[in-house]
Amino acid sequence: MKYIFIFLISLLVSAPVYAQAVHVAVAANFSVPLKEIAQAFQVKTGHEALVSVGSTGKLYTQIANGAPFDVFLAADQKRPRLAEEKGLAVMGSRFTYAMGKLALYPASSPDVLTQGDLVRLAVANPKTAPYGQAAVETLQSLKLYVPLKDKLVYGENIAQTYQFVATQNVDVGFVALSQVVDKPDKWIVPAHYYQPIAQDCVLVKDSPAARAFVDFLKGETARAIITRYGYGG
Amino acid sequence: MIEPILLTLKLAGLTTLILMVLGTPLAWWLARSQAWWKEAIGAIVALPLVLPPTVLGFYLLIALGPNSPLGQLAISIFGHSLPFSFTGLVIGSVIYSLPFVVQPVRNAFEAMGHKPLEAAATLRASPLDSFFNVALPLARPGLLTGAVLGFAHTVGEFGVVLMIGGNIPGKTKVLSIAIYDHVESLEWTQAHILSAGMLVFSFCVILIMMVSEKRMRKRR
Repeated sequence: MKYIFIFLISLLVSAPVYAQAVHVAVAANFSVPLKEIAQAFQVKTGHEALVSVGSTGKLYTQIANGAPFDVFLAADQKRPRLAEEKGLAVMGSRFTYAMGKLALYPASSPDVLTQGDLVRLAVANPKTAPYGQAAVETLQSLKLYVPLKDKLVYGENIAQTYQFVATQNVDVGFVALSQVVDKPDKWIVPAHYYQPIAQDCVLVKDSPAARAFVDFLKGETARAIITRYGYGG
Repeated sequence: MIEPILLTLKLAGLTTLILMVLGTPLAWWLARSQAWWKEAIGAIVALPLVLPPTVLGFYLLIALGPNSPLGQLAISIFGHSLPFSFTGLVIGSVIYSLPFVVQPVRNAFEAMGHKPLEAAATLRASPLDSFFNVALPLARPGLLTGAVLGFAHTVGEFGVVLMIGGNIPGKTKVLSIAIYDHVESLEWTQAHILSAGMLVFSFCVILIMMVSEKRMRKRR
């Protein structure tokens, strides 16, 4: 009993000395893989990664106004670059951690888009979410943007877009492949239909734990998780 | 930039109208009824005061979705399910702003007591007659407060619309959503203009309400 007590006390005393918390702001499409990466990161380094999910645009605005994030995983390249330029992030820390892929779900081919009984089609807000932009580009490539414009419903970010589909409030939606990677009934949009979705990460606040997280994200364990969720390297 | 403003005014106006028509009899019943379970109804009406709009939005999304019984009913009436439509927003707003109308009106009915109605009854006024010609005029300050609060609260609605609106320009993209959109897109100039407008509007609403309520009380 005494030893258990000493053991518990030693846990309390020792844990905070080495482990630090890393606040990670992540674009909605990458939230599920990131949670897995955060777990693996904690197992390996003992540091805890605290994850905040939002749309890239909102997270950037929050960082610009002093949000306490250490690392920012965006869904585009524009906001991390802007963060560096405006002195909100560590200069030169930017790198591409994933190439996003777009999927139409639930669907086996783009034919569902031209069927007469299509009532609503969900996309992420093209102004704020890169996956929404890619969805609009895809519709334009298919020459379907103008005919389908009135059927579009806009999710605040890609997670809400998926939720519209999951609750069956829309017939189909353009979502991130990572969200439906284990679902059979999806159409993976060919890459030439939209501009590549290069997703950049930037170090917002420099600390050993934040550096460790960024290094871990570049490492093999994280790469394997990222690939498993359908992202390109 | 004018489209979301007009849409918001249309939504708030229609919602207020529906709330006055539905809310006034409900407030009357809550003020007068002797039923032991009336406070349970009162509590249900007051729920949106306490519940986060996300809870309301989440349930509305599920309850009005195309697979629910309510959703099926809506499809047979309107030809489409309610989320992502203006009709859906009106229904959401009516629920969301209900306590802001019912509470002040109920208070006004309760404050007038039984005496004016008893007097009307001794003068052989029918219940309906005394409701329209005695109770309603006496409750005028409460009715005004209810209408203004219902309108203002609907203008300020955000969470519910975010969850069931779908951000469709001209249909569900109301003022608060438009501001949110501008902020996220780094279009801070537009966000500033709309936000400042909202601030001035809200201040004026509250001020006018306070001043006119005071005047009505004095006159009596």
